[in-house]
Amino acid sequence: MLVGLLIIIPLIAAFLVFFSKGNTSRTLALGLSAVEFIVSLVALFQYKHNPDSSNLLLNCSWVESLGIHFAVSIDALSLLMVLLTTFLVPLIILSSFNTTYEKPNSFYGLVLLMQMALIGVFTANDGFLFYVFWELALIPIYFICLVWGGENRAKITFKFFVYTLLGSLFMLIGLIYVYNHTGYDTGIKSWALTDLYSAGKTLNLNQQSFVFWCIFLAFGIKMPVFPLHTWQPDTYVTAPTQGTMLLSGIMLKMGTFGLIKWLLPLAPLALNKWGGLVIGLSVFGILYASCIAIVQKDYKRLIAYSSIAHVGLIAAGILSVNQQGIQGGVMQMLAHGVNVVGLFLVADILMRHTGTRELDKLGGIRNMNGNFAVLFLIIMLGSVALPLTNGFVGEFLLINGVYQFGQWVAAFAGLTIILGAVYMLRSYQAIMLGERKDSTMAFGSLASSDKWVLYIVCFTIIAFGVYPKPLNDLAEEGTKVILTYIK
Amino acid sequence: MKGLFIISGLGILAMLAEIFKFKKILYPLVLVGILAAYLVNFTEWNNNITIPMFSNMIRFDNVALAFSGVILITAFFWFILANDYFEQDHVTDHFALVLFALVGAIMLTSFSNMTTLFLGVEILSIPMYVLAASKKRDLASNEAGFKYLIMGSFASGFLLFGIALIYGATGSFDLMAIRSFISQAQGSLPVFFYAGVLMVLVAMLFKVSAAPFHFWAPDVYEGSPTVITALMSTIVKTAAFAAFMHLFLVVFGGVSEVWSNVLAVVIALSLIVSNITAATQQSVKRMLAYSSISHAAFMLMAILANNRGWASINAILYYSLAYSIGSILAFTVLYNVSKSRKSSGIEAFNGLGKRHPFLAACMVIAMLSLAGIPVTAGFFAKYFVFTVLIGTSFKWLLILAVITSAVGVYYYFKVIIAMYFKQDDSQEDVRMETSHALLLAVSSLITIALGLVPNFVIEIFS
Repeated sequence: MLVGLLIIIPLIAAFLVFFSKGNTSRTLALGLSAVEFIVSLVALFQYKHNPDSSNLLLNCSWVESLGIHFAVSIDALSLLMVLLTTFLVPLIILSSFNTTYEKPNSFYGLVLLMQMALIGVFTANDGFLFYVFWELALIPIYFICLVWGGENRAKITFKFFVYTLLGSLFMLIGLIYVYNHTGYDTGIKSWALTDLYSAGKTLNLNQQSFVFWCIFLAFGIKMPVFPLHTWQPDTYVTAPTQGTMLLSGIMLKMGTFGLIKWLLPLAPLALNKWGGLVIGLSVFGILYASCIAIVQKDYKRLIAYSSIAHVGLIAAGILSVNQQGIQGGVMQMLAHGVNVVGLFLVADILMRHTGTRELDKLGGIRNMNGNFAVLFLIIMLGSVALPLTNGFVGEFLLINGVYQFGQWVAAFAGLTIILGAVYMLRSYQAIMLGERKDSTMAFGSLASSDKWVLYIVCFTIIAFGVYPKPLNDLAEEGTKVILTYIK
Repeated sequence: MKGLFIISGLGILAMLAEIFKFKKILYPLVLVGILAAYLVNFTEWNNNITIPMFSNMIRFDNVALAFSGVILITAFFWFILANDYFEQDHVTDHFALVLFALVGAIMLTSFSNMTTLFLGVEILSIPMYVLAASKKRDLASNEAGFKYLIMGSFASGFLLFGIALIYGATGSFDLMAIRSFISQAQGSLPVFFYAGVLMVLVAMLFKVSAAPFHFWAPDVYEGSPTVITALMSTIVKTAAFAAFMHLFLVVFGGVSEVWSNVLAVVIALSLIVSNITAATQQSVKRMLAYSSISHAAFMLMAILANNRGWASINAILYYSLAYSIGSILAFTVLYNVSKSRKSSGIEAFNGLGKRHPFLAACMVIAMLSLAGIPVTAGFFAKYFVFTVLIGTSFKWLLILAVITSAVGVYYYFKVIIAMYFKQDDSQEDVRMETSHALLLAVSSLITIALGLVPNFVIEIFS
């Protein structure tokens, strides 16, 4: 019931916003997404109170003859992802208050539609439904990037769309393949998650490898993991700020979440065989993206590459398949989601106040607006995973997890901490410290909506850095469930 | 059966209309007649599966009725789309030709004898040759009709020769007799029987325009009047696939080792050639022509899977319905845009998103459905094909289909990008009749409804 509400509210909200006019649409969107956040908090308390409550389950038949059900549920893992989504979407909407978009009703309607699809992805318990939501999430973001994006957007968003669609079609084939092997004992085919799990285990190594690569392609492109990342930097830079936030803050997590829930337990044999290769690719991606980030001049592009580096570590941790690795992956997904939204907002503020994101042309903003400098500093420190910030918990667990997989791999993956500090501090130095430049001379005070978003982000960074236990407990619980399925 | 009678009667009425001067009421009469045929069609559901008609020449079993249903509902939509096609000269001739083509199409869903197959193919094709050339002062239209005639007759020749060879081997035109002959012979069939099967295969591939027998299709599609192109890519295609399926799943299913590898190569070629060529097209009409080849390849995949249960038939039935409705949607938008802007090129769609949001939204739904994105009908269509094929040894075709689908997205989305991204305010406004707006609304709704609740179609046979 509650979970159905979580999916239906953004859908209704999207339609309401579509038919609203002018500036009311963004306040309406903000209000409705706040309602959604409150509902998700209710779901959290419900879960804490009684995890097996029927409120957190919904299962109705969709196409009975094919075993397709509209089955959604909230467990520890999906609860965390749902909370991340419902928390970030209002922030993302609030962060857009200083940008005027043409046809705001369509813009915010699409954002809410996307939220609906994302929550569907995170709660789906039926392979077919998961795929449908997965694809549905792609269409709003495609239009957001296409219609409201920057220069050369048609080509770039197109590349993004084809890449991700290609990946997801392969995933569909992989899932259908497993589906075709369900019902080996009962004779009734089913798309239910647990049936897919048990069918996946009956496959031999070659069959599992086929499934593994088909499905991994989709997740690998979505995250993105090296060498499937080539769509990402251009798309992040070209998309409107809110689109980038949705892409990196939430949509990226579809890939990593998918890895945990829809790939690891499905093909354990193939995971043993190919996991090392994929971890190798991820770790290489960390180093590669970090090195490119160091020499970037455009701040938004720098964040885009840093995102590849972060997600590389998350993927490596998850694929090392142990308690610390997966749990760290989940924690880092949450932290990265919040931090990257903050960073992209900073990039957007720079662009609006100075007209440029080029590091060479920026400098000395600290002297103009000390308040902004502090907020930016906190977000940046969260992003380089300083202890007592939210990034630390995840990164620590991740490196611990990767270490259990292999010491040398962990050594290389650990470089992300150093390299991350290098490019983050270097960019902070270039933007905030030093002499003022022409473009930063007139850097005034921040708009109140920007300030509020930054306050909330900074508060989250510190609060969950100092006291990560509530999230950590949930992540641990979710990880244990997944690990029992894999074993 | 009664549906077939009604449509034939309407065709004869249409020919008489000129003499008895009721041309004016002919259009509503035809619409009502087709709707009546559609309804009557389903009163025979489950009634007479075992009753062969005309010495077992025609059998209206449930499969035939379902495909006739698809054809008739598409025909109804098509007549609404084509209303002003029937306001030019030769009105009654056009009506009669289209109606007789429909008769041929329905025969192709229900034949149970090789002679009725041939009759159906010819009754369907000959009016289509004339209709393709019906813009008689237009050179391209004449060329289209002529090419269609030459290629079509060639294919008919193949079909006849194939039928003759099969008759020579089995001594019968009757499909069930041929089928039991195959199962009794247990592999010891004469070589020329296999040659006959392959010739029938080639002829049918001509008719469904699969590569490498597709060369006529783009020119014919582009040259013909837009509404006739819509007719070809919906009704003719559905009928041809109903026949194809009947022949190769039911009759020649026992000798699938002869034709399945050939068919697999044809499908692979069709997927590659059509998608790559479609991606380079500047004309939306031509792009749709090439994309129809790729859709043909998808439906052929369901035949290739040769699933003895209902899965293949269900997949083809659903696919042809989804594709027909999606095509009607796309062609209705294209027709209105190209009429007002005098061009069927992609640039005619520039700025449509802003000027005509309704038209653009319908086109987006059509493109998403043809590209196979959830939650449209086209997605389930592809999904069903994937599920029947994944159990066979032709998994490599699936990988190829996935990759070419991504190419497909490229050209379908070119239209969407033109509508929403490119601005052009200098162009003419698109004027549209209310009936067309209604048609667009209804077929958009059907496309999405089929994508949300495919149960009604997919659970017909089980």
